[in-house]
Amino acid sequence: MNDETGLSRRRLLRGVVAGAGVGLISGCDALSQRKGFIDVLSTAEPMNRSVQRFLTGNRLAREFPESMISPVFKPNGSINPKTPEYLALKADNFASYRLHIRGLVRKPLEFSIDALRALPSRTQITRHDCVEGWSVIGKWTGVPLSRLLDAAGVKPGARYVVFHCYDDLTGDGSRYYESVDLNDAYHPQTIAAYDMNGSPVPVSNGAPLRMRIERKLGYKQPKYVHTIEVVDSYATLFGGKGGFWEDDGYDWYGGI
Amino acid sequence: MASVPASATAAQYEFRTILRHRWPLRAMHWINLLCMIALVGSGLRIFNAHPALYWGEVSHFDSPLFATQAMPGKDGELRGVTRIGALDVDTTGVLGASRTQSDGAMTRLGFPAWAIIPSPGMGGLAVGRRWHLFFAWAWVINGACFLIWSLASRHLARDLAMQRRDWREIPKSILDHLRFRHPTGDDAARYNPLQKLAYLSVIFVLPPLIVITGLSMSPQMASVLGWWMDFVGGRQSARTLHFVAMALFVLFAVVHVAMVFYAGPINEMRSMITGRFRVKYPKAQIAPMPAAEPLPDAAKQEISS
Repeated sequence: MNDETGLSRRRLLRGVVAGAGVGLISGCDALSQRKGFIDVLSTAEPMNRSVQRFLTGNRLAREFPESMISPVFKPNGSINPKTPEYLALKADNFASYRLHIRGLVRKPLEFSIDALRALPSRTQITRHDCVEGWSVIGKWTGVPLSRLLDAAGVKPGARYVVFHCYDDLTGDGSRYYESVDLNDAYHPQTIAAYDMNGSPVPVSNGAPLRMRIERKLGYKQPKYVHTIEVVDSYATLFGGKGGFWEDDGYDWYGGI
Repeated sequence: MASVPASATAAQYEFRTILRHRWPLRAMHWINLLCMIALVGSGLRIFNAHPALYWGEVSHFDSPLFATQAMPGKDGELRGVTRIGALDVDTTGVLGASRTQSDGAMTRLGFPAWAIIPSPGMGGLAVGRRWHLFFAWAWVINGACFLIWSLASRHLARDLAMQRRDWREIPKSILDHLRFRHPTGDDAARYNPLQKLAYLSVIFVLPPLIVITGLSMSPQMASVLGWWMDFVGGRQSARTLHFVAMALFVLFAVVHVAMVFYAGPINEMRSMITGRFRVKYPKAQIAPMPAAEPLPDAAKQEISS
């Protein structure tokens, strides 16, 4: 083999590798744009949900000692909602705030923050995992959702609990929302939290009330909640996928 | 069961073609490669959503172990800075900040556009997660099939398991590698001890590590992995180890491909596509060899002409 063929061979090889690389990237990108392909990829979601549910049952998320609470509970998503109804509430320090419980319940209810504080509470120091990959630990106090649902009386046929929020994350007039099934709604660590680290939840972390659903990623734990609606299906709500981020392509399971 | 003599380049050698890899193994090898490409690309896309690694249960945002950051340079354009412990390295164009294919602008990107699935603008973190969690299943199922097949076909016991002789020959194998000495004959038809150790670690060490560290990042699974989370030191440690295991897989792949080129790319690629592999025998070695048992294992299934 002389130098010239060596060189051209090397050039050919480099061309082949580069060509294969570019082909691979554009191929993957083309697939990512096809709804049918994304649907195939999405078959993993029910697998994850059923396998993980089977393996974990009703186990509690880890709870940590006070010494492990993060100095700053990093806020993400909406951190200072500007919707008129929220600004009005914030102006009077949430005195006129009411949490509504409605939908497939025998007795729709509403609670002020003081009324919620009068109910038996649960305090938990847990880790918050963002879908982006980071984690922080915080202490939360609130009313177990199971208690609120039992007070309202869930009707037969109910399957999901939808949380409606005050914040408009995209600024297009829409509102954040989320949903979980009754399994997660009745988990002992699922609480409507009014205190964070021993003080009222700050605006950046969801004042005056946010959900803690401890075995879910952060986007499944909505902030600025005003209504808890019990439904048999979330298909008719907003984008139909059961949550703000779900309507944008994220998985509804949100447990991994 | 006759071997196929090919035209030897030198008079003292003879070539035989053997069936090196059977079809299930070849199929699983390429499925594995596809899954790995999808997993690494989508994994790096997920990493880019928060391009920093930490040690412990939570993120200590001011003191990452490793981070790819973007900061404005003197000329106003973004610079990519990679932090490894206390060390900052300028990695503009590759890590931290790089140009996207679409508009060519310097963009804040942990890993560059060419390394991630999907590329910027082609679907974001949500789509990256869809890829990752689908191909994680595909890869694990393919791996389980490989394990079952390797046990049932005795591929594991005969070709991969370290024999007493392999342990003894490690020093010799190291020297052979350092001297770029090619094995011939029976030795070329079997895996050398270093090769076996490399394969065994990407079969039995890295996969369990990467699967359990991946699951450790799930808040749902963490509820049953308490003992393990204590052992590795928390969720962010698990995330870091998941990344390290990925890097080791990539390192293996780079060395693996380099060795294929070094050992003869056509012959090696053919052995993983059609299964046929040409082995060079010194004639002296052939003569005294009993015909019934010319080669260990895979080579025993010679292709009849």
